[in-house]
Amino acid sequence: MTAATAPFEKVLIANRGEIAIRVIRACRDLGISPVAVYSEADRDALHVALADEAIEIGPAHATKSYLVPEHIVSAAVEAGAQAVHPGYGFLSEDSRLPEACDAAGLTFVGPPAGVMAAVGDKVLARAAATAAGVPVAPGSDGRLGSEEDAQAIAGEIGFPVMLKASAGGGGRGIRVVQDPDELAAAYRGASAEAQAAFGDGGLFLEKLLVQARHIEVQVLADRHGTVVHLGERDCSTQRRKQKLIEEAPAPGLDPGIRELLCTGAAEFARGVGYVGAGTCEFLVDADGNAAFLEMNARIQVEHGVTELVTGIDLVAEQLRIAAGLPLAFAQEDVVLRGAAIEFRINAEDPDQHFMPSPGPITGWHAPDGPGVRVDTGFETGRVVQPFYDSLVAKLLVHGRDREQALARARRALAEFQVEGITTTLGLHRRLLDWNRLVRGEVDTEALETDLQAVTA
Amino acid sequence: MADEDVIRAQIPGIFYRRPDPESEPFVQEGQTVEPGTVVGLVEVMKQFHEVTSEIAGTIAAFEVENEGMVSPGDVVARLTT
Repeated sequence: MTAATAPFEKVLIANRGEIAIRVIRACRDLGISPVAVYSEADRDALHVALADEAIEIGPAHATKSYLVPEHIVSAAVEAGAQAVHPGYGFLSEDSRLPEACDAAGLTFVGPPAGVMAAVGDKVLARAAATAAGVPVAPGSDGRLGSEEDAQAIAGEIGFPVMLKASAGGGGRGIRVVQDPDELAAAYRGASAEAQAAFGDGGLFLEKLLVQARHIEVQVLADRHGTVVHLGERDCSTQRRKQKLIEEAPAPGLDPGIRELLCTGAAEFARGVGYVGAGTCEFLVDADGNAAFLEMNARIQVEHGVTELVTGIDLVAEQLRIAAGLPLAFAQEDVVLRGAAIEFRINAEDPDQHFMPSPGPITGWHAPDGPGVRVDTGFETGRVVQPFYDSLVAKLLVHGRDREQALARARRALAEFQVEGITTTLGLHRRLLDWNRLVRGEVDTEALETDLQAVTA
Repeated sequence: MADEDVIRAQIPGIFYRRPDPESEPFVQEGQTVEPGTVVGLVEVMKQFHEVTSEIAGTIAAFEVENEGMVSPGDVVARLTT
């Protein structure tokens, strides 16, 4: 594509690290000039070096730079950008950013502010899921009125249950309740935490699915009413609700459940008037019960595994959709090929309770070769800052089937060398000998249970 | 003169004297601490780690201001014992 047909001339990327670079690359492929932003701590970061221009937006701490919508918008205006891509994390799901973009006459690469706010409200999202025919866990219809209310509903659906903040996110305002005696204290605790964190103590309640897999469905929706799904990802290999390994397709998933979740996610997106790339997250237990968790109104860390199996550039599609272009393909054109797996390489020490390990990178050798992709913001000489996320690289592998993908993962993880900081590379090498992963039988509790054995 | 001893940061990051912005500081200068008393938090990569005193004593002075950067081994506070 030439610059003459580019969706935008200039796009500001309101992020840092590997995702900023991922967006820079999509901009280049589309003939768009990418503009970076950076905090005082990120002057020498790789995303700054790779952009056409870069604007400083404040001090190191994200609350004073990457998390200030006004700083992002004024940088975009200063650079003469037409659009703002939020990446993931930071302001990507904060409706103040699309609002500020609208007010300044900028295009936000994502859903409209109202849609973002609606899918971010878990009670509204649960109602929208029900309306779209998406499976939801048995639970309360909307907000709970009182502790007694919670006790009555929990008694009806059976324990264990989850109490969740209506305005929730980031794991705050959530309590797992195993039996009726614990409910009152959990209700008060979750409500107080939600009030403190979100200014809204409202709670709802759902039955907890145990030993469930985390399955999520990628959707793309344009401004012309076309919605497609791009299949599912299995992100069950988690530690403390943080994903470590993601793959597509989900190994051994029942085709009926796959169809239900994929078409349900597209229906959900259509029902809420979604625009852009988004992901519907579900839990699926061993008995085949599926439950909608939430929709993430942004590109996700693990989007690359979907790109590898579909051949579709999700970030480029985000930019095309934001410019008002229709999707160039229909649902039947989406064909999945092979299997892809992503490994999150974090600056953490698995042998020291995953203690963060920031600092300068003194040696770096990233793997390459058939079926291997590395998305990173680092190289030798760059510094992993203590202020931000610990993700230093995503290793993605693709094969004609899962077996070949795993073999390529083994080869690539053996080649990958990082010096100066401690990373989770060693853990990932050991995880490739973990029977449950090799057999594709991981649920979200599995690694927590087996971690001792895996790290020993 | 009383002996002086110190509390040091174990990990790099941003030092906080309060559990959250709305709360009172964990300890004030002049306050006594015991082994294990929490005197602050260090935020690193979106995780919070407690900074505790290893000895009993009285906080003479904080050497790092609230939201200041610390490196491993940095003196966070001086104690009189």
